[in-house]
Amino acid sequence: MNIAVNSKRPVNLDLRTIKLPVTAYTSILHRISGVILFVAIAGLLWMLDTSLTSESGFEQIKSCLQNPLAKLVIWGILSALLYHLIAGVRHLVMDAGIGEGLESGKLGSQVVIVVSAIVIVLLGVWIW
Amino acid sequence: MVTNVTNLSRSGLYDWMAQRVSAVVLAAYVLFLLGYLICNPGLTFADWHGLFSQSWMRIFSLLTLVSLSVHAWVGMWTISTDYLTPMALGKSATVVRFLFQAVCGLVMFVIFVWGVQILWGN
Repeated sequence: MNIAVNSKRPVNLDLRTIKLPVTAYTSILHRISGVILFVAIAGLLWMLDTSLTSESGFEQIKSCLQNPLAKLVIWGILSALLYHLIAGVRHLVMDAGIGEGLESGKLGSQVVIVVSAIVIVLLGVWIW
Repeated sequence: MVTNVTNLSRSGLYDWMAQRVSAVVLAAYVLFLLGYLICNPGLTFADWHGLFSQSWMRIFSLLTLVSLSVHAWVGMWTISTDYLTPMALGKSATVVRFLFQAVCGLVMFVIFVWGVQILWGN
């Protein structure tokens, strides 16, 4: 890299000082939810394993899910999952060439936020 | 400069496609399982165990497990190459990023083998 050429070019990559558009928020949320899911997989697999091993394991998971804190954690994980899924569908739609423009991209992000919010609330209703 | 020597296929386009195809499988599995749980509020152990004893469910689950491994790897690889860079971490970036990717790969391998055990061991 030739540093001398562009040494006077102003660089600002401090994300805290940049006003981010709505598309940036849905994008970073997609990544954050992905990392949350990566971490959560082990817990979900443990639940599946225990629930399939025996009748008592199944009941153990069932009673565990009655715990308010457990419900909150499951709600959090499933919210991340559904947000990731909905934002992912937007990616597939954009891959098809729809909603790639500046304005349509913003609209797509807003749709993702609204749909996710509705689904996450409905999910909470189902869990409680 | 972050090189792509560690990516899944040595081709960004192939990784991009693998990410999409695996995403569709994962979405189908998630929607199916959520739908199943919503439609069966009083689920019993026999129903639940019966579902996972079906051959088609085991095939669907294994397909999902493979897709999950691919999808998670491409996703975590993308994140590591975007954020664990020399700009963020200085000289140690390559070592940190490689270790992070190694841990992600190991975790996904363990998850995969464990998942196979769950599907065929119960």
